[in-house]
Amino acid sequence: MTRTITIEPVTRIEGHAKVTVHLDDGGKVRQARLHINEFRGFEKFCEGRMFYEMPQITERICGICPVSHHLASAKACDDILGVQIPRTAALLRELMHMGQTIQSHSMHFFELAGPDLLLGFDAPPAKRNVLGLASANPELALKAVQLRRFGQDIIARVGDRRIHPTFAVPGGVNKALRVEDRDAMLAEIPRMIGYVQEGLAIMRSWIDAHRQEMDSFASFPTAYMGMIGPQGALELYDGSIRVVDARRQHMFDFDGRRYLEHVAEHVEPWSYLKFPYLRSLGWPQGVYRVGPLGRLNAAQSMATPLAQKEYQAFHQLCGGQTVQGSLYYHLARLIEDLYALERAGQILEDRDVLGTDLRASGDVSRPEGVGVIEAPRGTLWHHYTVDEHGQLVKVNLIVATGNNNYAMSRAVEEVARAYLVGDITEGHLNRIEAAIRAYDPCLSCSTHAVGSMPLEVAVYDARGAEVLRKARYGGL
Amino acid sequence: MPGKPRIATDWLAGCAGCHMSLLDMDERLLDIAQAVELTSSPITDLKHPPEEGVDVGILEGCINNSATEQVARTMRARCRILVALGDCAVFGGVPTMRNSATCAQALRRAYVESESTVDGRVPDDPELARMQNARAVGQVVDVDINIPGCPPPPEAILYVLSELAAGRKPRLSGKLLDWH
Repeated sequence: MTRTITIEPVTRIEGHAKVTVHLDDGGKVRQARLHINEFRGFEKFCEGRMFYEMPQITERICGICPVSHHLASAKACDDILGVQIPRTAALLRELMHMGQTIQSHSMHFFELAGPDLLLGFDAPPAKRNVLGLASANPELALKAVQLRRFGQDIIARVGDRRIHPTFAVPGGVNKALRVEDRDAMLAEIPRMIGYVQEGLAIMRSWIDAHRQEMDSFASFPTAYMGMIGPQGALELYDGSIRVVDARRQHMFDFDGRRYLEHVAEHVEPWSYLKFPYLRSLGWPQGVYRVGPLGRLNAAQSMATPLAQKEYQAFHQLCGGQTVQGSLYYHLARLIEDLYALERAGQILEDRDVLGTDLRASGDVSRPEGVGVIEAPRGTLWHHYTVDEHGQLVKVNLIVATGNNNYAMSRAVEEVARAYLVGDITEGHLNRIEAAIRAYDPCLSCSTHAVGSMPLEVAVYDARGAEVLRKARYGGL
Repeated sequence: MPGKPRIATDWLAGCAGCHMSLLDMDERLLDIAQAVELTSSPITDLKHPPEEGVDVGILEGCINNSATEQVARTMRARCRILVALGDCAVFGGVPTMRNSATCAQALRRAYVESESTVDGRVPDDPELARMQNARAVGQVVDVDINIPGCPPPPEAILYVLSELAAGRKPRLSGKLLDWH
């Protein structure tokens, strides 16, 4: 008897998704798929808008990382103007981006994925969330809230609003930083670094206690991609893009503006989320991973001292072999969180951050503009084509989570094969979700053109009759 | 309402920014968590509102396909007071910009014509939701309370929840409507 298991919606991730697992006659997993189930159509409905509206419109793609879209869009607009933005503007944009990295990474570790690690994959689903965490460890929950608050606070001090700021404009930014805001942010950084280090200590002790699970859970080889700065150091705001193979051997670097020469997207009929791959290797040989693990594998170092120490320890974890298990994303994410705090401190100590030369002026001088940035979840591209007045003719977006689409689907398949044998428990199904959660997918982003993941599993026999349904309904 | 109000939340077609604004209550969130009982929500592992119902249902985002319509109808059927949270839920918001094109045109642009797509096709698996024109929540089910904003400020959300917990009908005014 063949059976199909459906998990819908997947929770504690951003957006809408479902998982289907097909079992063969022997009860073995024949196929497992992650379906992304929504489409909003930004690429179409932005046609005809003026290019300079895009930093405001496209941040509505995602409320968790609006700053990524805001800044990638502004960079595409800079490109259309053909200008180099003033140093102060670049520093302030990067500072805002660090604020976003801190809030997004911190929220994911403590509020979304943390309950799996801290309360357990098999903890009762009614308790396995941030409120359960708050009851179990109120002191830690308060620190988690404050860490996220600090990241949001940076965004608001720089750009006036925590969510959907109106700050970056073509050619620069529209507001200088006030001395009192700089001082207030600087004063809090040491305490916030301490909180992230506590998170790192929790993660490391979890790794020690679950070593086998770390190394076997959704572990598979792929290439990796991430932005780099000088000397190959990890970079989040501006730099070239590096690709390394599954053994971290350097493949090639490229200017992100020339992405069409290097990256292509494949479409499967069962998902609204496309599957990017390396054009030179083709689909599916050219699949790669992005985001914290992708970046730590692509980069040769990290540019701040505490993060650099963590980076070195990270690469010694697997005896010098490439760190490839999906659960290591959590550790990589916290190391980046630490980097973002240190880097925010460096920017705030830079005298130019208080400068008032904020914007380079220019007219539409190129028919196309590409902006690329490392969003919390990975490499993000905005590509606009305009007419001579700056009215948009075409819009193409490759969104961070999309780059990990193959990896998330593969992770689902690996975990389904490993755990869906014999009796299927709620904890087993949660592990499938946890495999997706490791990638911290943002499905609103991915379904700008997508959408949300809650969980329901139904098992049907070959004639379509329902034989088993497991779901998580409300009622704490 | 006697006892702790039971709350369920979900997101439809939107950006999650309104739920982020909810989290932007920061430390106050931990107090609110004591004052209400949170059931199903994207931040918990409870997938659907409990069948026995909740006092307050909160929906973010608009309705733009068969799946989001079903989520909205289930929430309406299982909650006493339905709150539309944020511009997309209240009047449709940014996703309604898609209505200026046909669904077919928008799908074709994204999955066939896009510069980076190779051998594209429009996804059509029966597991996927069927697309519809984007609509406000109130165009599909009855809404009791609207909280506008993109996103609404956390103070507005806190005010509405506090008033409901005290058994009063919230009346948003002044700064609570000034989300810009």
